[in-house]
This record gives sequence, structure tokens and C-alpha cells, in this order.
Amino acid sequence: MRRMAEAAAGGAGADAFASQPIAIGAHRLIADKSGALFWPAREMLVVADLHLEKGSSFAERGTMLPPYDTRDTLLRLAGAVARYRPETIIALGDSLHDPGGARRLGDDDRVLLEAMVSRRRWVWITGNHDGPSAGALGGTVLDELVLDGVSLRHEPDPASRAAEIAGHLHPAARIAIGGRTLRRPCFVATPDRLVLPAFGTFTGGLNVLDPAFAPLLGSGEFAVRMLGADGLYPIATQALLGD
Amino acid sequence: MSSRTASRHAAPGTTRPPALPQPFAGWFAQRGWQPRAHQLSLLAQADARRSTLLIAPTGAGKTLAGFLPSLLALSRPDHGSSAAGLHTLYVSPLKALAVDVARNLTTPLTEMALDISVETRSSDSSKAKRQRQKLKPPAILLTTPEQVALLLSHETAPYLFGDLDTIVLDELHALAASKRGDLLALDLARLRTLRPDLLAIGLSATVARPTELRALLVPQSRPVTETRLADMIVAGGGAKPDIHILESDAPLPWAGHTARYALAHVYEAVRTHRLSLLFVNTRMQAELLFQDLWRINDDSLAIGLHHGSLDASQRRKVEAAMAEGRLRAVVCTSTLDLGIDWGDVDLVIHVGAPKGASRLIQRIGRSNHRLDEPSKALLVPSNRFEVLECRAALEAAEANVQDVQLNRVGGLDVLAQHVMGVAACAPIAPDALYAEVRSASPYAGLTRDRFDRVVDFVATGGYALRAYERFARLRPTGDGRLRLAHPRLAQQFRLNVGTIVDGEMLKVRLVGPRGHRRSGPSKPLAGGRVLGEIDEYFIGALAPDDTFVFGGEVVRLEGVSDTEAFVSRAAARDPKIPSYPGGKFPLSTHLASRVRALLADPSRWDDLPHPVAEWLRLQASRSSLPTPGEVLIETFPRGGRHFLVAYPFEGRLAHQTLGMLLTRRLNRAGCGPIGFVANDYGISVWTSGDLSDAIARGRLPLAELFAEDMMGDDLDAWLAESTLMRRTFRICAVIAGLIDRRHPGKQKTGRQVTISTNLIYDVLRRHDPHHILLEAAWADAATGLLDIGRLGEFLARIKGRIRHQPLAQASPLSVPILLEIGREPVAIGGGDELLREAAAALIAEATGVAAE
Repeated sequence: MRRMAEAAAGGAGADAFASQPIAIGAHRLIADKSGALFWPAREMLVVADLHLEKGSSFAERGTMLPPYDTRDTLLRLAGAVARYRPETIIALGDSLHDPGGARRLGDDDRVLLEAMVSRRRWVWITGNHDGPSAGALGGTVLDELVLDGVSLRHEPDPASRAAEIAGHLHPAARIAIGGRTLRRPCFVATPDRLVLPAFGTFTGGLNVLDPAFAPLLGSGEFAVRMLGADGLYPIATQALLGD
Repeated sequence: MSSRTASRHAAPGTTRPPALPQPFAGWFAQRGWQPRAHQLSLLAQADARRSTLLIAPTGAGKTLAGFLPSLLALSRPDHGSSAAGLHTLYVSPLKALAVDVARNLTTPLTEMALDISVETRSSDSSKAKRQRQKLKPPAILLTTPEQVALLLSHETAPYLFGDLDTIVLDELHALAASKRGDLLALDLARLRTLRPDLLAIGLSATVARPTELRALLVPQSRPVTETRLADMIVAGGGAKPDIHILESDAPLPWAGHTARYALAHVYEAVRTHRLSLLFVNTRMQAELLFQDLWRINDDSLAIGLHHGSLDASQRRKVEAAMAEGRLRAVVCTSTLDLGIDWGDVDLVIHVGAPKGASRLIQRIGRSNHRLDEPSKALLVPSNRFEVLECRAALEAAEANVQDVQLNRVGGLDVLAQHVMGVAACAPIAPDALYAEVRSASPYAGLTRDRFDRVVDFVATGGYALRAYERFARLRPTGDGRLRLAHPRLAQQFRLNVGTIVDGEMLKVRLVGPRGHRRSGPSKPLAGGRVLGEIDEYFIGALAPDDTFVFGGEVVRLEGVSDTEAFVSRAAARDPKIPSYPGGKFPLSTHLASRVRALLADPSRWDDLPHPVAEWLRLQASRSSLPTPGEVLIETFPRGGRHFLVAYPFEGRLAHQTLGMLLTRRLNRAGCGPIGFVANDYGISVWTSGDLSDAIARGRLPLAELFAEDMMGDDLDAWLAESTLMRRTFRICAVIAGLIDRRHPGKQKTGRQVTISTNLIYDVLRRHDPHHILLEAAWADAATGLLDIGRLGEFLARIKGRIRHQPLAQASPLSVPILLEIGREPVAIGGGDELLREAAAALIAEATGVAAE
């Protein structure tokens, strides 16, 4: 409860919902309304599950989803980069929807992405969808990264003793107010674990009340920050609904 | 109904109806029957190979008439019946109807000892049967439009339909002017390419514009310059219906839809008739009326319930009980509008306003199938406005005037599905296919550019960014034709065929109560008896423990899984969630104009119940009543807020759209809109700013507030956030084959894998706003959920004809609309308001905790 009160206090003010502070271990981080995470002490931006070229991956198999997802994702990422001006970017895995994604990138999108990668330190964590294939786009490929005692990995590890920041699960939350319901991607955190929402445009979400989250969130309190159209909102766990 | 003669509308060439040959003549005589004039006329039409529309009321032997030409042909000795292939294809909107018709055909065939094979085919038929039917079809196949589309997509189609002689389209009025009708029209065009001299027989109830049905039955050879029409036979109508509006001593309610004030009268009417059908407009009303009737059912009359959300097996039981005469009354929705006759109904009670003249005539026709006796109906208005509407509907029904339908323009999503289906059968030649498609009347006006864009959509998704050429689903064959890139695509198509998108329904299962629960993960629910189905978006708005009425009782939501909602019996008598959607028809344009005329003519008010006439006189003296061409707009303060009430009479859907747009404009004008509410007759918006004052000072010119240009940018901006538009888009995306249907049992993949059409919709709006699927969804919205077309006509109609009446207090006419406030959730703006509210609640709670 104390953690929530802190979050709430930090969220009062004018542009109250542009971002929300989140503490993992002893580190004070900032969850951004775009779905990215900023680590101020390291001037580092973390994003998870970009799933670039998901549209063309479906198209290859006969389902003609729109081809604009990569462009859309990259433009939103560029927006977050412009706001935080990070020295380092960590992409927490599943950056490409499949290993062939790098090959299918459109020319304009490739230019846009490679320009972003070349201007700062860039780490691709391997994911179950893309493996190390994103390395073809520049930057460094790692299976996992430990910084100041915090593990950054694709898939959260319930057995992990250390603090961790991960993606993979595409957390989403659902609430109902006044006869309407809303289901949106969200950050979900315990004191030493943070799961980022999927950043990619064509990514759906898994409800944080799904049994898959149970071993990660344990029996104590957890914090949820829901992404709106233009803001990031702390939501009481009692208000959450299953699907 | 008027007494039109049978052959009046038949073609000039059909002079003398032939007599029936044996064994048919004998069979008729044996039962003491005379072949009816329209049955013989249709035989003559078939002899002359002229496609024909038969319009006949229920009970006139319409279906038998449709089959007689085929039965005669198949029974001729020169017809080698067992050797020949499929002779007649019968298509009906309902699987159940096909089964019923098969049964009704088998009896006479057996009695006449005719060896003519009759089979049904539906998604319920066994795989072996369906497989066998493709190779060794019966002489007569009874099926649905979706099955026809499926059969046409197989390579065997030219063989299967190679001997097809006749196609019978039953209940054509129910299929036409819908996406299923579009699909059927395209399939008919395809069948004609395979069998150019195919005879088409359409069977229909009385309709407003038979022209559209007649055009559907024949190929349009010169679509731009002329519309070809099939011949038409109108069977003699029966006696004039006997319709009354219920008059009660009890005070007439101002608003609401329960008609509880008249319950005793309704019960008395049921008690004094053999079998009554009680029609209501929504499933919710059906549930409530059913409960209310049983509450006062001192004679323990057998009263049943029948609506679209109930489980099919439960509905079958009610139908059987009706047919066997074991029921005295059935409370039902539009599920009993069509087709099958389930018993000897002698009274139709319509509770609530009928919303359209044609619907009322159709429903009244469910009673008394002896043509020479009048159908009997009782209209029970549930509030004052509905009295006006019932009066208008009664007059329309007595004059046998039907509501005018708009000309149907075929859906582009349906066309996309059809193109894929044709390609699944054999390579397509675009020029020939374009000509074929345009021979189907809903697509007669299709431009070549649109057609090419649809083909391009099928091939590569049709995106402005030409990214998918190398993944194309249609590839050139080298001779100008296009072939399917992979056989897998044909299988994919067959799983997705059809225009009914019902992935949004959840099964409702009855389980035991689970007691108190805490939030967070809990053990999954399973099992339980199936009560029926319910809209996912209704359940989506509920939280566990919320109560609502379903299947005749109050239930509590226990939990929801991927495809099922679990409920338990609740002790509460009054449900917490008062209503759920489903089957709400908007007031028809025709009835609306009749109501406006009635309002404007005080000399006709004496025909109305006294309290209603008094109410209108009071309105005339306190405020005013608009003339038929005008719209009345009142502004007045009330309870610290300021109200604007308008009375367009354009139906609830158009009013809701108007409400969203007015709110945006009032917001821009600085009037501080707070909320709005709409019903079928009018709309009320309330604001923090003084509207009368703003209008008087010229700061809020009403002509500008209601200017037609709100259909431009304002509408576009609002649509971006509209959930209705998203649902419309989803339906188009599924029909067009952009995404696969969700199939029962294959949904275990979970939401994080399936792609949401909302994401696709958002991306298309941002990056490809002119995409053909957005165009298709927009066209649907214009006539469907948002009724944009009707709103546009309204705004054009009232230009320069706004009557503004500033008032010191609410007017009598506004009361029913103001009473709607609080019945419906008010929603302004997108989801972020909700999130802000939820976050604020957390902050308040957290601050409270800190203070302790």
C-alpha cells in the first residue's frame, strides 16, 4: 500500500499522467506513457516486445494484415527517444516478430531503425521469437544483461532471487467503470520485479490476473500502471477484472 | 389487406394456367383441396422458363407453389430421375426451415409414390453426407446461402451444378437488403454463369418494394441503363386485420418500456384466447414481461419464452409445445417473425411500439392462418410516445402501407469473400468476373475501379504501401487470369465463409454460487447447464457479482472464460444491471413521418387516449408543436443545469450519433456539455452554460449547431473513438477475410497471440485512411449501427426550419426524454477519462490510508 501511495503522490500535479515513478530494488525508474521504461541514473531507455514486421509475417502465411506496424512502432519509439535522450537503449527481446523479420524490413523502415541504432549504445536481448536475428541491424546481442544487481532479460524467471526487468508476457489490465470496460497494456511490478508492456503496435496483451502471472507476482501486493491513449495511470489491484 | 387478384401482376405472356396432371390432381382432390390460382400461375411461368417472384401471405401454400414446377418436371416419365444430377436448389435463411420444408415435401412424395430424392444440407450435416452430396447429389437439395457459397468454392462446382434447372429462394424478403442477400445475389450470378437458362423462383411475404426482389432474381445485363425485373405474382390477400390499441384506466406511463400498467389487461387477453403470441422488441423486454406475467398467473396458464439468446434446444422445446397446443402464450422477440408455423395462434399482442409498419404487418400475420378470417392483434403502448407510434402503425397496417427500404448497395467485404471463393474453384478472369458480379442487382452500380481494388485487396491486402506483392494470394496464370497461390488458401476460405459474424457471443452456463471471493487469480470455473448465449460486450461491462435477468430469472455473474460466462441463481428480485442490448430496432422513417404528421394535426388527437391528447394540448399551450417539416428545439434551466431538447423522431441510433456530435460542438462553443440521452423520438443534452442566453445573444446560432457539416470533421473525429465503428470494422474484416473467424474449440491460443481488429483499425486510420475496408465499414455504419445516412437526411431536411422555444422550465413533451436520464450509461470522450477516474479513486484511497 505504501508503494501505491508514493506512486499516487508522485502522480499529482499538472501533467500528472505522462509518466509514473517505479522503484525496483533500490533503483528509482520512470515508467513512460509510451510503454517504455527510463532508468535516469544510467540514462537508459528499456523497451520490450517490439515485434517488428509482425504484419508481413502474417502476410507471408496468407493473412494480409496491414504493413504499417513497423513504421508505427519505430515512430513511437523515436518519440520516446526524443523525450528522454537516452545514451543506451535496451530492447528486451522479441524485437522482431520472427527471425526472417530483419530481411523483410522495408527500405524506409530500415533506414529509420539503423539511424537510431547507430547514434547510441544499443543492446538487443534475445527473445523466443527473434533469437539473435536483430543483430543484423547493428548494436550488440546479449542473452541477458545484469546492471547494478538488476537482471534484464526477455522472459521473467520466477526462480530469480535478484531483482529483474523483463517482457515476454505482454501484460494487460482490464477495469470497468460506469458500465464501460477498458482493456489496455500495462506495467506490472512487485518490489523486485517489473514486467514491461509490449511496445509493438500489433501486440495484444495477457491479463495480469491470468494464472501465468501468479508465480511472478506472488501473494503480496503488486502495482499496475495502465497505458491510456495519452497517459499512464496507476490502478488499484482491487479494481482489476479478469477477461 | 387489400384483395388483389392472383394473376394481376403476372406477365402478359401467361394467359391460361394449366391444369394439374396426375398424380398431383388426384392427390389434391383426395384431400379436398383446389390448386390455388397462384400455384397454377407459377407453373405456367415455369413452363415458359420465366423467373418469377411470388408474393403471398403466410398460409397461402407458398412453399408448395415454389416446388410444384420442379416436382412436376421430376415426375415426368421422360425424366430419368435417378440418373440425373441436382435439379432444384432450395435456399432459405434458416437451417430449421430447410428441415421443416423437407419434412413437408416428403409426405406428399410418399403419398404420390414419387421417387424423387430430397435432402437437406447445413453445417450440422455429417461430413460424409456433405462429401457424398458433392459427388452424388439429390434431385432436390434444401440449404442455406452459406452452403451454396461453400459448394461453389469447390473444384467440383461445375459438375455439381451442371444439371441445375431451378433455384427456389424462400423468405426472400428476409434475406435481401442484408449481407446474406448480397452473398446470395453473387452466388446466383455465379450459378447463372454455370447454367445460363437457370429458372429462379422467389418466395416472399408482402414487402414495401417488390422491385428490389424482382431485380435480384434476374441477371442485370445492362446495369447502368436499365434494371431488369422478374415477373411477379401476388396471391390474393386475406381479410383485413383486426387491430386494436389497448386502452386502460390505469395512468399512462411517461417513459419506460415495461407496460406494467397494462399487465392485467394483457393477461386477460391471453386468458380469453387459445394461443397468443406476445411480441416485444428486445430480449430484455421479453424476460421482464415473462416474469411479470408469471407473477400474476393465478390460472397457471402455460406461458413460454422464446428469444435469440436462449439455448437452441430450449427454443426447440417451446416450438414443439406450441405446435402440439400445449401452450397458451409465448413471449417472443423477432425470433418468431419468420417462417415456420408453430401452431394455431389466434391473437398477436404487441407490447411496446412496433417501430415499423412492415414489421407489424409481418407479426400480425403470425396469427390465424386461415386466409378468409382476419388476423387479430392488440397493440400495447408502454408509454405516451408509443401511443402515437402505435396509432401511426395501426393506420399504416390498415392501409397495408409498408416502410420504404433504401436501395441496397452490395457490401465490398462480401464481394471480397466472393472473389476468393470463385478463385478457390478455378482461376478467375477479372473482366468476365466483373461482368458477372454486376449482373447481380446489389452490385449493378459497382465501378470497375472499386472492383479492381477489391480484387487487389484479396490478392495483397490492397495497401497503398505496396509491401506484399511477393506474398500475393492470387497470382497471374500468364493468360490474363488469376489463380490461387496455394491450395491452403482455399481451405482457409472455407473455414471463414458466410456473413454472420457471431464470435462475440458467450455461452451462459448455470453453476452453483461460489460465495465470497477476493480479487486476483482464482480457480477456473467449468461445467454447468447451458442457458443460452449473450453478447460478449454486455458481459464485458459487468463485474463478478453483478446481477441481471436471463432465461426468465435473475442471475449473478460468477466469472467469464474465453467462450463462456458462468452465472448462478440470485435471490434478488430486481437485477442490478437493468438492461442488456440485442434486437433494438430504430423507429422506421415511414412511421416517424406519420408520427410527426399526427403531432401537427390537433384534429386527429381525439382518436388518441384522453391523457395523451391532454398531454399534447398542454404542450401546445406551454411550448409549441412543430409542423411536419420543422424540428422543435427547446432550451430551459433545470436543477442548476441547462437543457437542450430536440425532437427529430429519427430513431435511437441516429439520435445517439447526433448526441455525440452535438456534444463536441457545444464543447467547442464553450457551453460545457455534461451529458446527453437519446430515445427513438428525441434527444436531450445538458450543459453547465446557459443555452437560452447563448442562443439569444447570438453566441450559439442553432442553424450552425445543427449545420450539415457536422457530418464531416466532427463525425470523423468522433468515429476514431467510437466502439460501434470498431465493431462494424471487425465484422467487415472477418467477412472480407482479412482475419480468420474464431472457431469454437480453437480459441485456446489466448489473446496475446490473436490480433485484435482494433489495432488494425487504428493503424489503417493513421497510415492508409482510404483503404477499401475502411470504406466498406463506413458504408455499413451509414446504414447500420450509427444510422449516419438517416441523420444526414434529417440535417438536410431541417435546414432553415428550426423552431426554437426558450422556456422557463421543462415542457410536457420533454418529460419522457428527461426520464431516460440515468437509465443509460452516459459516455463522453475516450477511455482516458475512465482511467483518470480509476486513478483518482486509487489516489483518494491511498491518501485516506495514509491519513489513518
